[in-house]
Amino acid sequence: MLELILAKYNYWIVIVLMMAGLYVVVARGNLVKKIIGLNVFQTSVFLLYISMGKVAGGTAPILTGKDEVFSNPIPHVLILTAIVVGIATTALGLALVVRIREAYSTIEEDEIDEAESLDMTADLAERRR
Amino acid sequence: MELLIDIVLLAILGIIAVAILWTRHLFVATMLSGAYSLTSAALLVALDAVDVAFTEAAVGAGISTVLMLGTLTLTRRREKATNRRVSIGPLLLVIVTGALLIYGTVDMPAFGDPNAPALLHVVPEYLAGTRDDIQIPNIVTAILASYRGFDTLGETAVIFTAGVGVLLLLGRRREEDEEAGTRRPEREA
Repeated sequence: MLELILAKYNYWIVIVLMMAGLYVVVARGNLVKKIIGLNVFQTSVFLLYISMGKVAGGTAPILTGKDEVFSNPIPHVLILTAIVVGIATTALGLALVVRIREAYSTIEEDEIDEAESLDMTADLAERRR
Repeated sequence: MELLIDIVLLAILGIIAVAILWTRHLFVATMLSGAYSLTSAALLVALDAVDVAFTEAAVGAGISTVLMLGTLTLTRRREKATNRRVSIGPLLLVIVTGALLIYGTVDMPAFGDPNAPALLHVVPEYLAGTRDDIQIPNIVTAILASYRGFDTLGETAVIFTAGVGVLLLLGRRREEDEEAGTRRPEREA
C-alpha cells in the first residue's frame, strides 16, 4: 500500500495543485487572480511532465564521460519551451487586464458584465427613440 | 533522502496553493505565486531537471512576478470583497476533472521507473547522438537547439506574436491619450 502511494505520490499531489489553480481560474471573478491561478495550473503541469521523466538513481542529463544513468531529457526540452510560451501568454493576459481596466474601470468579472448589460439597454433605448 | 526532499517540497507547494486560494489581497497572491515558482524550481533540481529549474526561477519567479506587480500598480491591489462561500459549480468541475486525471495515473509507470516506455524509444538515440554527432555535454541543449530546432523556432514565433500583441494593446492607448488630452482613470485606493 505504501509502495503504491509512493509510486504515484508525485502525480497525485501535482494533480491536486493543478486543480487548485483551475479552481481559482473558474471560481474567482478578479482578472489578475485568474491569471495567478493560471500560472499555478501551468507550473503544476510542468512538474507533472518532469516527474514522468525522473529515473530513480538517475542524474541530470549532462555528459561527463563516465557511465551514468540519466533522467529523460525530452520532457525537460518540452517544458523549457512551455515555460517561455507561458510567460508570453501571461504578459498578453496582463496587458488585456490593463486595457479592460481602462475601458470599464474595473477588473471584476461581475462588474464588467453589469456595465455591458447597462450599455446594451442604453443602446436599445436609443434605437427605439 | 531524495524522496524525502521531493515529498516535503510538494507539501510546501500544496500549502502555498491553498494560501493563494484563500487570500483576497492581490499583492500577497502575486508574492505567493512567486514563492510557488521558486519552490517548484527547487523541486525541479531534485527531479534532475536543472535547465528547467533555472529557467523557471528566472522566468516564473522573476519576470512574471515583475509583470504582475506592474499590472497591480496600473489596476488595483485588492479583490472585491465578496462572501467567501464556496461556489458549487466550479468545485464540482474541479473534483470531476481531478478524479478523471487521478484515474488516468493508475496506468502510468511508477515514479522513477527506469523501464518506463518513454525512456526506451528515442532517448537512447538522443544520448548516443549527442555524444557522437553533436559533441556537447548538455543533452537538453543538444535536443533543444539541434534535434528539435524547429520547435524552438516556433516558440520564437509565439513570443514575437505575444510581444506584438502587448505593444498593440498598451501602445495604442498612449497615442489616444495624447491626442485627446485625457488622463487615465484615477487609481483606486
